[in-house]
Amino acid sequence: MHNYEQKEAVRIGFYICHCGHNIASIVDVKAVAEYVKSLPGVVVSCEYKYMCSDPGQELIQKDIHEHSLNRIIVASCSPLLHEHTFRTAVEKGGLNPYYFQMVNIREDVSWVHTDAKAATEKSKDLARAAVQRVFHHKALETKHVKIHPDVLIVGGGIAGIHAALTLANSGKKVFLVERQPTIGGHMAMFDKTFPTLDCAACILTPKMSQVKNHPNITLWTYSEVTKVDGYVGNYKITIKRKPRYINEELCVGCMDCIEKCVYKEGKTPDEFNVGLSKRKPVYIPFPQATPQIVLIDPEACIEFKSGRCKKTCVEACDRKAIDFNQKEEMKEIEVGTIILATGYHTFDAKRVPFYGYGKYPNVYTSLEVERLVNASGPTGGELILRDGRHPKTVGIIHCVGSRDKNTNRWCSRTCCMYSLKLAHLLKEHTEAEVYNFYIDIRAAGKSYEEFYDKLLDENVHFIRGRVAEVSDWAVRSSEEGKLIIRAEDTMIGIVRRIPVDMVVLAVGMEPQSDSQDVRRLFNISCSTEGFFLERHPKLAPVDTFTDGIFIAGACQGPKDIPDSVAQAGAAAAQALTLIDTGEIELEPNTAFVVQDDCSGCRTCLTICPYNAISRDEAKQKAFINEALCKGCGTCVAACPSGAIKQNLFEDEMIFSEINGLLENTPVVCC
Amino acid sequence: MLTAGEQSKTNTWEPRIVAFFCNWCTYTAADLAGVSRLRHAPNARIIRVMCSGRVDPQFILDAFSKGADGVLLGGCHPGDCHYMEGNYKALRRMRLLKRMLKDMGIEEHRFRLEWISASEGERIKTVINEMTEQVRTLGPLGLPKKFEEWDTEMEVLERTVNGKEEAVHA
Amino acid sequence: MKYLSYPGCSLRSTGRAYEESIVAVFKALEIEYEELKDWNCCGATSYVSIDETDAFALAARNLALAELQVAEGTINLIAPCSACYLVLSKTERYLEDYPDVRTNVNAKLDKAGLHYNGRVEVRHPLDVLVNDYGLEKISKRVKYPLKGLKVASYYGCQVVRPFAKFDHSHYPVTMDKLVQALGAEPVDWPLKTRCCGGSLTGTTQEAGLRLNRLLLKEAQKRGADIMLTCCPLCQHNLECYQERINRIYQEEIDIPVAYFTQLIGVALGLSEKELGMQRLFKKPSLEKFMHPKGEMAHA
Repeated sequence: MHNYEQKEAVRIGFYICHCGHNIASIVDVKAVAEYVKSLPGVVVSCEYKYMCSDPGQELIQKDIHEHSLNRIIVASCSPLLHEHTFRTAVEKGGLNPYYFQMVNIREDVSWVHTDAKAATEKSKDLARAAVQRVFHHKALETKHVKIHPDVLIVGGGIAGIHAALTLANSGKKVFLVERQPTIGGHMAMFDKTFPTLDCAACILTPKMSQVKNHPNITLWTYSEVTKVDGYVGNYKITIKRKPRYINEELCVGCMDCIEKCVYKEGKTPDEFNVGLSKRKPVYIPFPQATPQIVLIDPEACIEFKSGRCKKTCVEACDRKAIDFNQKEEMKEIEVGTIILATGYHTFDAKRVPFYGYGKYPNVYTSLEVERLVNASGPTGGELILRDGRHPKTVGIIHCVGSRDKNTNRWCSRTCCMYSLKLAHLLKEHTEAEVYNFYIDIRAAGKSYEEFYDKLLDENVHFIRGRVAEVSDWAVRSSEEGKLIIRAEDTMIGIVRRIPVDMVVLAVGMEPQSDSQDVRRLFNISCSTEGFFLERHPKLAPVDTFTDGIFIAGACQGPKDIPDSVAQAGAAAAQALTLIDTGEIELEPNTAFVVQDDCSGCRTCLTICPYNAISRDEAKQKAFINEALCKGCGTCVAACPSGAIKQNLFEDEMIFSEINGLLENTPVVCC
Repeated sequence: MLTAGEQSKTNTWEPRIVAFFCNWCTYTAADLAGVSRLRHAPNARIIRVMCSGRVDPQFILDAFSKGADGVLLGGCHPGDCHYMEGNYKALRRMRLLKRMLKDMGIEEHRFRLEWISASEGERIKTVINEMTEQVRTLGPLGLPKKFEEWDTEMEVLERTVNGKEEAVHA
Repeated sequence: MKYLSYPGCSLRSTGRAYEESIVAVFKALEIEYEELKDWNCCGATSYVSIDETDAFALAARNLALAELQVAEGTINLIAPCSACYLVLSKTERYLEDYPDVRTNVNAKLDKAGLHYNGRVEVRHPLDVLVNDYGLEKISKRVKYPLKGLKVASYYGCQVVRPFAKFDHSHYPVTMDKLVQALGAEPVDWPLKTRCCGGSLTGTTQEAGLRLNRLLLKEAQKRGADIMLTCCPLCQHNLECYQERINRIYQEEIDIPVAYFTQLIGVALGLSEKELGMQRLFKKPSLEKFMHPKGEMAHA
């Protein structure tokens, strides 16, 4: 199977790409092509404007036939971008695709260097390394693995819901896992949505119940993924189902138990109302919660704390659904693809102490105001401040925890629009004077700018300038009891003091606090700020670097509802593509043991993280199970007798690359 | 004779750094540095491997012996390895290798192990620039030339010894 | 850790009480330090606006001298005056960050046979006492907890801006925490870092007094018994013009303004003389708040 003897003479075709001006403006591509022509084994060496274009690929195929080429090198962009393209082209030209080697002279050379001479020399070195490397290339067989048709979706916000329904409607089986007791995510907490002012619940709750009732969707709320094993097409997932202390099969969501709880009033801050109201130990997050099943909070319940409760809830339940002895349950499932839609977390306004959140009662976050203006919110939609007053003036401060080097540098993309929406709603509810303090109004979406115009017509005030502080520093008697917003009005070039009754902080979007743990669990990457990293910012926005795992919604970066839904659809489509193809090609970069060279020392056995290496006790040799090997090559580096080799990364290939890189090192003379 | 540092001032010598980057983190970070146009010194040449755990210490020794003035190894941050723990294996090997290099008289700044995640394009720039300058200060390692010199010395020695032996026998 | 101290010109003139109280408190807390030998004026904030390189060189001379005096390691140079602290910090930072500034300044220092290598870290006594020595240790040493004393901590503009080295640039809390450690009660007021008028009280007095008045009025309105400062100019401005402000603006301002180190000294049970209390124009009456630790238990 592995042919070490190279019988046939090596005939190399080398192609250097201009990539328009991207490469050619820095690297002297002609000089490189000319130079490579002089290297041993090279039969064809030429430059071309766009190697990845059809004519570029056809050029390779034509040369393979005309010049009987048996090795192809393309010097262009990163192999992570176009290696697959060229391998396919080479294969179409009748050559085994693994006779191909790529040289990165764009990302690693022309885009990062300014000195044309040095860049050209570096390109020559890299090209020479590839020329020497391909002498050792071998024909390999592409491996294929089957894709399990079931999909795991993590996160039941609007993105997860939309992806789940898309897949389920196309007949795929979906497991939707949500950490909270209900699906709906942040969207369920919003009052209206911009710019249409649709009621968020009215458009979301039908989708939530579709999820609950869909025959293809298994919905597990109050559950978390704890373990992920396997690889694309064949993931084994362990899910922890936290105890609700309610038998889900029996509970019908009548809520009699809540009413009969020994607590007449709630004492625990209500998560759904962001702490603006109190809930009982036995509760349902909100009236349309899905599933419609209550749960008991053991931190608050007297029975859990003292064991001496009258348990009036148990008496109240006809269906005997309450079970104080319920234990957490572990579920194991197999899926082929995974969509992560784990959402975001709002910026903690206390991190900007000079805006007074947590210090002055009438300073609110935007999420709190969503609940405050909502008809099913803590005040039934009446805008009553924490000190019992109705606001006559409101200041909305944009970019709190966004576009700020001291907190988060990114724009959270949604705050401008939701601030406009809240300004509209606050005016509608209270007829108050509303001031928006903004840096720029970013209304870049369909009908967004028009919505901004509408707000201007509604006589909402806009002050362009960053707010310095919110304080209770009254200079005049008319300011007593008010919150004073100090900000520079950059339009007129003065510092203004605006006394208001209520301050709304438009808090930005951040990665979930445990996004790093989740990233490790699923073996994907995060960008610097902690959002999940897409495979390519433009061309693979929902893929990750791990095959079979896709991302959707705000876990990838701040985005609004339309964008989250669009991305969820895209992620579902990517998963469907894999499922319907039925199998996926794998890099044949697995390791193998050259039996004759193996001394049976066992060094490699413990080093493999996938337990792919076993020892044949009769033969006293190590053996690698190709199906389990992921191709890291750690065992290759560890083998003391050099008996393990890794396809595509054999020692000879790397040594020849090193040699090629350094071969014309100028001799230093004194 | 001039010291290495002085030589580098008088010649147009440029440090040569061979960089082994893992496919998933550091190589991707280098791509990001490219996409972000983060200009840096043109002295490093990258060899892509799947995992920093694939890097055999022999690769590093070989690079030095073939004329590299510095070797850089880049992998995923601890805990972030795409293959679970390959970077830990690399760390263990490289700790040992560092001691060996020291014994061989190769200055410690000539070999560097760095954890650079896929999002740290900026770090690629910093590390390559820093290392280039450090190696520039150290001057050329010039092992191939030293090997030649040593070979010549050995030959001279052999001839001298042979001559003496012959003289004794004569 | 041993410190070097840079008193600066003010502490030898209008701010003598500040230096006296620092000396007394450091001695009582057994914090070792020695004075920088042959120090010179930092140039204050005015020289920088005339000639930046010369101003940096003038300030850097002190940093270079510090390196002469302490042979090895990082040197913690204490600058109690806010202006000195800012100028020296700025010089330290610029010499660190900008190689061309470093080259130019060292060329000038070279003429005096000096060179700066970057080993100095400029520190404020507030930072040293709270973050190096520690609040818990200060608390333990307090003999007379100042129970019931309401204190408006005033930081001024320069100790936390633009270099917020030890606290938030707009919302510092270090002095407030210290006040709590002394048993007193910090007053929450939003003007902690607003300008006191600086040298405007001497030049464009109308503008200076207007700023001054805002601070005093608000501190008094919030029930502060005393204002604490950490800068000789702030102390001077806030303390000396109260009568004039009352006359011009028809106010009734009457609030003592002391150095934070004086209040620490009082709580530690040091004598008025040691702390330079007699130098204050408005002597705070703190006796009624001073409860010896033993009595506290009975109270």
